[in-house]
Amino acid sequence: MTSNGALLSVEDLHVAYGSIRALHGISLEVHEGEIVTLIGANGAGKSTLLRAISGLVPIQSGKIRFGSADLRAVSAHRIVEMGVAHVPEGRGIFANLTVMENLKLATWSRKDRKALRQDYQRVFDVFPRLAERQNQSGGTLSGGEQQMLAVARALMTSGRLMLLDEPSMGLSPVLVRDIFQTLRAINAAGTTILLVEQNARQALKLAHRGYVLETGSITLSGNAAELMVNPSIKKAYLGG
Amino acid sequence: MEFYVQQILNALQVGSVYALIALGYTMVYGILTMINFAHGDIFMVSTYLAFFTSTLILGLASGLNPIVVFIATLLTAMFGTALLAVVIERLAYKPLRTAPRISAVITALGVGLFLENFMVAFKPVGPAPRFLPHLIPAVNFNIGGVTVSTIQIVIIVVSALVMLLLDTIVRRTMVGTAMRAISWDKFTAPLMGVPVDRVISMTFALGASIAAVGGTLYGMAYTIDPYMGIRIGWWAFISAVVGGIGNIRGAMIGGFILGFVEIFTPVFLPSTYRDFVAFSLLLVLLIFRPTGILGRPMVQKV
Ligand SMILES: Nc1ncnc2c1ncn2[C@@H]1O[C@H](COP(=O)(O)OP(=O)(O)O)[C@@H](O)[C@H]1O
Ligand SMILES: [Mg+2]
Repeated sequence: MTSNGALLSVEDLHVAYGSIRALHGISLEVHEGEIVTLIGANGAGKSTLLRAISGLVPIQSGKIRFGSADLRAVSAHRIVEMGVAHVPEGRGIFANLTVMENLKLATWSRKDRKALRQDYQRVFDVFPRLAERQNQSGGTLSGGEQQMLAVARALMTSGRLMLLDEPSMGLSPVLVRDIFQTLRAINAAGTTILLVEQNARQALKLAHRGYVLETGSITLSGNAAELMVNPSIKKAYLGG
Repeated sequence: MEFYVQQILNALQVGSVYALIALGYTMVYGILTMINFAHGDIFMVSTYLAFFTSTLILGLASGLNPIVVFIATLLTAMFGTALLAVVIERLAYKPLRTAPRISAVITALGVGLFLENFMVAFKPVGPAPRFLPHLIPAVNFNIGGVTVSTIQIVIIVVSALVMLLLDTIVRRTMVGTAMRAISWDKFTAPLMGVPVDRVISMTFALGASIAAVGGTLYGMAYTIDPYMGIRIGWWAFISAVVGGIGNIRGAMIGGFILGFVEIFTPVFLPSTYRDFVAFSLLLVLLIFRPTGILGRPMVQKV
């Protein structure tokens, strides 16, 4: 745990792609058991933040702590092993692997191999569709099924914290509602969630707290219920 | 009739070696979309590792069971060649992974030239062709007019076993699954907890040790020299492209096709036409089926 007890804490984080500065001094916290959402328009830097946490892009300056560990300079696969699961933007399904192989791969760094059988069962209980399609290649799944698989893989890494990058992207409203309901259940079962979304209404309904990211800086934060009625958020993200 | 059966056997023998080497090209291409032009010369080095190991073993203990000598030679060549390939990848290719594609190609060609010239300059090797000591007794059997040697049987059977083993590793094991995942999307693989750099090293190690099996088998049947990797490397590379580069089973099929081209060209044409036929096959295939026999067209990723 960090001094203030947060599971994840990001402090004054700066990230740039060459000369393009994507994040200029971001700070946020996620506490154990919470669902926190980060909302922002396209290009605000949401994915960059998640990638920085996961060790996929180098950090210019600032701190990222997970529990008591400093994540700076830890390689991406080690961060997964430490307990951070990341459902990437666009789902990142391996289309050339079967559903089962996609799931199996996500257990690469797990040491508790005995618990695996139970975890596959849990994932198939949550997503019965994946059980039906376990021998089909990932590329044959529909968009909604691919999103299920992406979340299921994250569950199979058995992380304590799950980062999700726009899981609602490209899905019908019904599917979005299903996925968000699943996230609520996953959270209730003990996984802490940091959810990045453009779909602000749904995300704020689900989350306990939220942050608003605009061109690389956090401009607002607070309880989800408060943000929902905030006039500037209503105007910019909730369609008036 | 006997003549053709004989030629088919010979084609299988040569094709096995091409297939084993082609696998290394195709695996590295599959995972890094890079053509490791040093691979033919890595194969050449493996034949010398087999040469020195077997000479040493037979010099120290001459009465050993041939199977023990063969296996010890094979394993040493595999291990040494794998190590060489991993070191080459770490020192020469890895720093260039984000550089333009052409840099890695030029570096690979440079590494190949280095290996050739190092072997020529290295006193215990030198430019002269050499024979491996006899690892197993060479006995010829005559079956209905067709001559089969123990060497030929060992080459074909061992190659088949190694290919079967590799196919199983790639399809059934965690490392194999990771290799296929990285070949699809190497940016997402780390999010599954997969150590991508380590899996890439393993791919080089696996490809090189399979080439070393090919090298040891080749050395049992033919002479070896420091420049052998150029021609054999090209033929194996064409095998990989013909089968569909990036595709494991394609490389195996391609290897056997090139084995048949090599053996059957002189049956119908002057033997100097061999390379011409092989390269023509490559060109025709590239025009009509650019992804090779089993290769799928590259799927655009979003
Ligand atoms: N790989 C990259 N190379 C260069 N610039 C990038 C790269 N990825 C993102 N950016 C830039 O960084 C900024 C933030 O992008 P991103 O984090 O993807 O935003 P979001 O996820 O909120 O849409 C944008 O200006 C984008 O153009
Ligand atoms: Mg994004």
